[in-house]
Amino acid sequence: MKQYSDLELLRLSRSQKFGYKVGLFFKRIPLWFKNLGIKIWGFIKGIGLGIFNWFKTIIMTFIQGDWKTKVSYFVMGFGSIARGQILRGIIFALFEVVFILYMVFFGGHYLSRLYILGEVESAVDAESGTIVYGENSFNILLYGVLTLFFIVAFIYTWNLNIKQNRISEQIIKDNKKLETAQDDLRAMVDKEFHKTLLAIPTIGILIFTVLPIFFMILVAFTNYDANHTPPLNLFGWVGWDNWAQLFTWTNSDGASFSMTFGQILLWTLIWAFFATFSNYFIGMLIAMLINKKGIKLKKLWRTVLVFSIAIPQFISLLFVSNMFKTDGIINGILGTHIDFWGNAILARITVIVINLWIGVPYLMLVVTGILMNIPADLYESANIDGANPWQQYSKITLPYMLFITGPYLLTSFTGNMNNFNVIYLLTGGGPNVQEYYGNAGKTDLLITWLFSLAVNDSNYKLAAVIGIMVFIVVAVLSLVVYNIIPSTRNEEEFQ
Amino acid sequence: MEKKPKMVSMSKRRRTVNIISYITLALISIVWILPFIFLLLKSFDVGNPGVTGYVFPEQWGFDNYIYLFSAETNFLQWYFNTFIIALFVCVIQTAMQFMMSYVLSRFRFKLRKPLMNIMLVLGMFPGFLTMIVLYQILKTFGLTGDNAVPGLILVYCASSGMGYYVSKGFLDTLPKSLDEAALVDGATRAQIFIKVILPLCKPILIYTVLTSFMGPWGDFVFAYTVSLGSQAGMNVAAGLNSWLSAANIGAHFAHFCAGGVIVAIPVMVLFLFLQKYYVEGVTGGAVKG
Repeated sequence: MKQYSDLELLRLSRSQKFGYKVGLFFKRIPLWFKNLGIKIWGFIKGIGLGIFNWFKTIIMTFIQGDWKTKVSYFVMGFGSIARGQILRGIIFALFEVVFILYMVFFGGHYLSRLYILGEVESAVDAESGTIVYGENSFNILLYGVLTLFFIVAFIYTWNLNIKQNRISEQIIKDNKKLETAQDDLRAMVDKEFHKTLLAIPTIGILIFTVLPIFFMILVAFTNYDANHTPPLNLFGWVGWDNWAQLFTWTNSDGASFSMTFGQILLWTLIWAFFATFSNYFIGMLIAMLINKKGIKLKKLWRTVLVFSIAIPQFISLLFVSNMFKTDGIINGILGTHIDFWGNAILARITVIVINLWIGVPYLMLVVTGILMNIPADLYESANIDGANPWQQYSKITLPYMLFITGPYLLTSFTGNMNNFNVIYLLTGGGPNVQEYYGNAGKTDLLITWLFSLAVNDSNYKLAAVIGIMVFIVVAVLSLVVYNIIPSTRNEEEFQ
Repeated sequence: MEKKPKMVSMSKRRRTVNIISYITLALISIVWILPFIFLLLKSFDVGNPGVTGYVFPEQWGFDNYIYLFSAETNFLQWYFNTFIIALFVCVIQTAMQFMMSYVLSRFRFKLRKPLMNIMLVLGMFPGFLTMIVLYQILKTFGLTGDNAVPGLILVYCASSGMGYYVSKGFLDTLPKSLDEAALVDGATRAQIFIKVILPLCKPILIYTVLTSFMGPWGDFVFAYTVSLGSQAGMNVAAGLNSWLSAANIGAHFAHFCAGGVIVAIPVMVLFLFLQKYYVEGVTGGAVKG
C-alpha cells in the first residue's frame, strides 16, 4: 500500500482518507501481532531468568553462609533467633510448624487425591440401609487447590527466611546493629505500613476470589453436573470434553450447546452495545438540557432523576417487570393485551428501553461533571464564528466527551455484558425457547444463563466454561480497546 | 444575570426553546417518577392482591402494611437481617477499600503494579462464577441457611479491597506534599493515614459508606444462594422475591409493593440527605477512575 505524507493526506477527499486509514489499520495488524509475540517471549524469558537467578542466590547463600544460615534452610527462623531477632524467628518457626501440621493431618491427603478426585463411591449399607459416603470430589478439589496455595505461601516465606539470613549476615559483617523487635513493630506502622494495611484485604481476595476462580477454572475440566454431585456421587477429570462441546455444531436433539452459546453471545454483545450507547447519548442529552443556560430548578430535575438510583433495583425492576405483563398497568392504561415478555424481539426492545430508565440518571451525573469542565471559551468562539448548536455539539461537546469518557465507556460496556440484575429481574431470561440448550431464553445474557445453569440445572461444568468464556471476551475486548483509545492516561502524570 | 437580547426575534426564539425544554424535562420527570407512584398506589390496594391493570385502587387501606408486621410473615426478620448486614458491610467494606486505595495511591513498592494488574484481571471474571464455591466454603463453617447473616457479611466484605478505584482516584488528587510535610515533622505513616489523610477524605468516605450501605439492600443472588430457602437467614430482596413466584404472586403482589415501600423509604431518605456526596463520588470517580 502506498504511504502518504502528511501533506498528501490533507489533499485527499474524505472517503479516500477514510479508506486510507482503514487500510493502514489492517496493515498494522501483523506488526501488532509481532509486537505481542515479542512481549510474550520477553515475559517468558523474564520468568525463566527470574527462576534461574532465584535458584542461584539460594544455592550461593547456602554455600557462603555461616552455620546458622545453613540450619535455617531446614529449621525456619533458626538464624534469626540465634542472632537475637527472637520475634522474627518465632514467627518463621511457628509458620513452619503450622505448615507441617497442616500438610500431615489435612492438606497432604487432599493433595495426593487431586489427580483423580476420589475413587471410593458412596454405597448403601446392606444391613442398616444407611448411606455410607465415599470420597467427596468437591472437597478434594477445593482443599487440594487450597493446599497448593498454602505450598506457594510456604515457599515464599521460606525464601523470605533465607533472605533474612543473608541480610543479617551482611549487617553483622558491616559491624552494624540488627533490627530489634521494637524496630520491627515500629516499621509495621511506618516504613512497612503498606504491608500491614494490605494484609487483610489481600488475604480476603485470595480466599474469596482467587481460590474460587481457580477452583471454577478447574471445574471446567471435570464432569461436575447434576449426575455427578458430591457427596453422593464422584466427579472426575474429563480433559477438554466440555470445551469440545463449545465447538461441536451438530447435535442430535437440535438444541446444541455451541449454537446456544453463539446466539446468546451475539445477543449479549448487541445488548451491551445498545444498553451502553443509548444510555450514553440520552443521558448526555438530558444532562445538557438540565445544564442549559436559562433553565431554572436545575437541582429539582436532577434530584427527580437521581431518585431512581436510591430505590433498590430489585424493587423497582421487579415492579416494572410486572407493569409490563399482559394484565399489568401498561396494558391497562393502553387498553391492550400486548405480551411484552412473550415475544422475543419485543422483549429485547422492552429490556433495552427499561434499562434507559435505570441507567440514564447515573450517566446524567457522570456527564454533568464533565460538561462543566469543557472550557467555555470554546463555545464563545464557536458562537462568534456562527456555528449552530448542532455544529457546536458535534465538533466540541461530543469529541471532548468521547475523549474523556473513553475508558468509562469501555467499563460500562463490559459492565452491561454482565448486567445480571436488569435481565434477571425483568425477564428472568425469557421467553424460553425449545431450540436453546438448557432452558435458556431469548433475553438471557451469558451471565444469567450461567446462573440458571448452575442454580437450576446444577450443570456446573458448563457454567464454568461459560464463565471463562465471558472472561476471555471481556479481557480481549478491554485489551484491544485500551490500545486504540487515546485517553488511557499515565497515572503518575496525573498526580 | 440574564444577557440582554440582541434582537427581539432572538429572545422570542429563546423563550420558545426554553418552553420546549421545560416541557421535555417535565415529561422526563413524570416518566421517571411514575413507577414509584404506581408502586405506592398498589401498596394501598386492599381489593385485589395480584397484578392489576388499573392505576387507582378501588378499595384503599393499610391492610398490606399491617400484614407485613403481622406474625404471618417473616418480613421483620428479613428487614432486621438486611439492616444488620448493611451496617456491618458499610463499616468493614469502607475500611478495606480505604486501606487498599491508600496503599496504592501513596506507596511505591515492587509488587504494586502486579497487584493492580491482578485485581484488574480478577475483576473481569463474572462474580457469580465463584458463587457455588463460596457457598461450600461458608457451609464448611456453618454460615449458610439460618446462619446466613454472618456468612453474607463475609462474602460482601472479603473481596471488597478490589473496589478501590473510586477512592484511589480521590486520594490521587490530594497533594503528596501533605504526606511529605508530615513525614518531616516526624509522623509515622500510620499517623499520617489516620490524622492527615482520612479527615480530608470526608466526602469520598461518605460516598463509600453510602454505596456499601445500599448494596446489601439490593443484593438478591448471593442472599438467595447463601440463605437457601431458610426464612431466618434471608434478606429483604430474597424474601420479597419469594412472594413473586408464579404460585405466590396472585396473593402477594400487593404485599410485595408494601414491603418495597418500607424498604425503599430509609434508603431513600439517607440517599437524599447525602446526595451531594454521592454526586461528587460518581462524577469524580468516573472521570479519574
